[in-house]
Amino acid sequence: MGTTTNTPAPSSAPAPKTNRIGLQVIDYRGGKTTLCAGCGHNAISERIIDAMYEMGVQPERVAKLSGIGCSSKSPAYFMNRAHSLNSVHGRMPSVATGAMLANKDLIALGVTGDGDTVSIGVGQFVHLMRRNLPIIYVIEDNGCYGLTKGQFSATADLGSKLKSGVVNDLPPVDTCAMAIQLGATFVGRSFSGDKRQLHTMLKAAIAHRGTVMLDVVSPCVTFNDHEGSTKSYKYMQEHEEAVNEVSFVPSFEEINVDYDPGSTLEVTMHDGSSLRLRKMEEEYDPTNKIHAVRRLMESHEKGEVLTGVFYINAKAPNFIDLLNVTDQPLATLPESVTRPSREVLAKCMEELQ
Amino acid sequence: MATTDVVPRGSAGQMGQKRVVNDMSIQVATVNGSGSQSSNTVLLRSIFQMGVPISGKNLFPSNIAGLPTWFTIRANKDGYIARKKEIDLLIAMNAETAQDDVKTLNPGAAVLYDEPLALDKLRTDLIFYAVPYDKLAATVGADAKLRKLIKNMIYVGVAAHLLGIDHAEVEKAIGKQFATKAKAATLNLAAAKAGHDYAAANLTKRDPFYIERMDKTKGKIIVDGNSAAALGCMFAGCTVVTWYPITPSSSLVETMIDYMKEHRVGPDGKATFAIVQAEDELAAIGMVIGAAWAGARSMTATAGPGISLMAEFTGLAYFVEIPAVIWDIQRVGPSTGLPTRTSQGDVLSTAFLSHGDTKHILLFPSSVSECFSMAQEAFDLAEHFQTPVFVMSDLDLGMNNWMSDPFSYPEKPIDRGKVLTREDIEKAGSFARYKDVDGDGIGYRTLPGTEHPAAAYFARGSGHNERAQYSERPDDFERNMERLNKKFETARSFVPRPEVMTGAKAKVGIIAYGTSHWAIIESRDQLVNEHKLETDYLRVRSYPFTREIHDFIANHERVYVVEQNRDGQMASLLKLDIKPELHPRLRSICHIHGLPIDARSVTDELMMMEGK
Repeated sequence: MGTTTNTPAPSSAPAPKTNRIGLQVIDYRGGKTTLCAGCGHNAISERIIDAMYEMGVQPERVAKLSGIGCSSKSPAYFMNRAHSLNSVHGRMPSVATGAMLANKDLIALGVTGDGDTVSIGVGQFVHLMRRNLPIIYVIEDNGCYGLTKGQFSATADLGSKLKSGVVNDLPPVDTCAMAIQLGATFVGRSFSGDKRQLHTMLKAAIAHRGTVMLDVVSPCVTFNDHEGSTKSYKYMQEHEEAVNEVSFVPSFEEINVDYDPGSTLEVTMHDGSSLRLRKMEEEYDPTNKIHAVRRLMESHEKGEVLTGVFYINAKAPNFIDLLNVTDQPLATLPESVTRPSREVLAKCMEELQ
Repeated sequence: MATTDVVPRGSAGQMGQKRVVNDMSIQVATVNGSGSQSSNTVLLRSIFQMGVPISGKNLFPSNIAGLPTWFTIRANKDGYIARKKEIDLLIAMNAETAQDDVKTLNPGAAVLYDEPLALDKLRTDLIFYAVPYDKLAATVGADAKLRKLIKNMIYVGVAAHLLGIDHAEVEKAIGKQFATKAKAATLNLAAAKAGHDYAAANLTKRDPFYIERMDKTKGKIIVDGNSAAALGCMFAGCTVVTWYPITPSSSLVETMIDYMKEHRVGPDGKATFAIVQAEDELAAIGMVIGAAWAGARSMTATAGPGISLMAEFTGLAYFVEIPAVIWDIQRVGPSTGLPTRTSQGDVLSTAFLSHGDTKHILLFPSSVSECFSMAQEAFDLAEHFQTPVFVMSDLDLGMNNWMSDPFSYPEKPIDRGKVLTREDIEKAGSFARYKDVDGDGIGYRTLPGTEHPAAAYFARGSGHNERAQYSERPDDFERNMERLNKKFETARSFVPRPEVMTGAKAKVGIIAYGTSHWAIIESRDQLVNEHKLETDYLRVRSYPFTREIHDFIANHERVYVVEQNRDGQMASLLKLDIKPELHPRLRSICHIHGLPIDARSVTDELMMMEGK
């Protein structure tokens, strides 16, 4: 995987394209994927690379965190220059929380799957969402357990079929509706095949300081891409309904496109960048939780797969804000700061006498 | 039992019996939630202020209010502060248990009881004192609600007078107990005075037990092990604490929150720590590991059920090599067990916690001062060896009151282990995370956020090679596991060494650890005084075991391993380490009923096993 090798020097002119911090897209690449050819997860990795590159994120500031499963392997396939911790099944949220406690300057990127999040990890998922920890939490959602050969997961739709013909008779968990209800402040769904939408949502996610919960439908080409599956490429192409069209202008770019305030909601992000959501549905209001959850519930009845930014609140305090810790990360505080003086111990001893 | 040597059996109330000075156990039987805790602390402190060594143990139910609870005070001029099996003075406040409590006393014991209970009808070989608590409470002038509470302070006044404790010391202790609550202080002072005056006017001293002033507590502190641990962790430079409430560990973190808020917040109001209550123990240890991976000195505190839940994550930390400090305040298992009773039952399961080949560094504090000092040792070892370290305290140590010398300020600088900075990487060009560069099995790590293109590595719980790359190669896996083993072997010479007390070539050795220590020092004196049996003693302070432990076993014909569990867990752990021919020398003395171990039980069982 070559995680520790230096970036090769550019060999010849013309000068390669670089981003605002002078890095090339190759500086955001990872190891060679070992996932199946055509796996939606690989497309998501590509979008992450592009978004991080375009946003000019220092790769070393990113902490890639994952649990167990095909999705959780994918951090090895992008951003080798970022530290990564591939932890235990369903428990990435707690590891991510700890990492952010230690170093709030990190950009936490959690990559998980529908099994990792919605079944074994649903408890930690719930509490991550309610803490509004600064993290980009990406569920690579294929409705099945790929690594153990295709069993249903808890996001599999009612009536969807396994390759063997087994029909799912339990209702799916809607991770977006859950996340909105629980307290995440940027919630959306996309599709690994929708390059433009996913790419834009990831860029906006990087600008958000709070929990970004992105459920990305990512077909499993080996176990869940057949007729009768509701997480297949074909099904998504036929059923995807966007509630809004997402565009994003980073803080470091000039805004040179006007928009119609009547049909577009502009959200100013934490860093001053601008997220624009052009209504595809007359009534949709992504700042209203009740509205968002109701629309998601309706989509299940109608058999639609809703995508877009469902809910956003760029102003809510995040978990790290609430802790009111020192500006310098806790991880690197020197002994002079973390060990109280002799006088303090003497006072504590006196109190106990 | 010292008292039985001097109190004539069945001769309660007789004149001319010998005075028993500064050597007794007092048991207060009350109802949980009745507010007796403050009163018991005042009684304990009053004796302490008289200069007499004490310990206070709360033998309480798993219940918030309504069930019986007992508080035991041991006062002993020779400094024996283990629980004493026999009770010398019973303060019977609980109608529900009073009869049973009285029935189990040895002849000659004294009973202070609430008059309507009429306990004096039960036995003729005890010394009874009746106190009309309700009437006295009424005279103090409190409203009906408070009367129930102040009855507790009345018994303190009565008992203190009977034992000969200066009433001024009681008043001083009340002042300290209610330092920030003036109104409560006034009321309690009145209650104690009412008890004192009643006893002075109406009770004739007939029991032999006296507290007399001595000077063995000057400059000492009284503290519970969890508070001592909290202080230790604060001074050890801990920055992240994540936890899930569980008895008997909760007070460790709760006390730490108080201390940290007072002493680890800067003038700008910003904290140099984060303490987070997690959703369960899995999340608590997950956060510890995430924080430590990112460079914080992080910890959690839990008890047996939490340890079980932390098993999988502990394996991750062991294999990925991430520091973690876990305080296990042991309680009685298996399962929910006796959640409010003490035990040393997690030794084996913690030593090898998690699946696959794993083993962990364990520390065994015996005293509150070791709770303080082992905090830094735990963090230093965890970061030095990049591995989880468990501090095996227990309920008796963690939640009970212990007398101690004041803690010494840590002189040793904090050890953050082998962490490479940006400059280090710049100089070296690259690094291999899991390579044994120094021959001690410990690799070099970098922290997330280190701004160098070659600083990052991929930490994973799956098979990996020296360069932290995914690998299923048999040779990579074997080499890595052998290096982890080497690291553990290196730890043998870094962990705290045992305390060894050897005399004139004793044939019998005793091995114990943790709170069992206090019963052992008393038992060894009993063995000499009553049975002329000299013993040597080794107190284990850590796992892996150091050389001294092997030598101690080799140098004694019979070695009694005393512990507070059923299966002799420490003895089993020792057998895995020592030569097989030494196995027959080990004999287990196990104690499992959930109450702190006492010397008499150890002495009796050891003599029985000696065949005498």
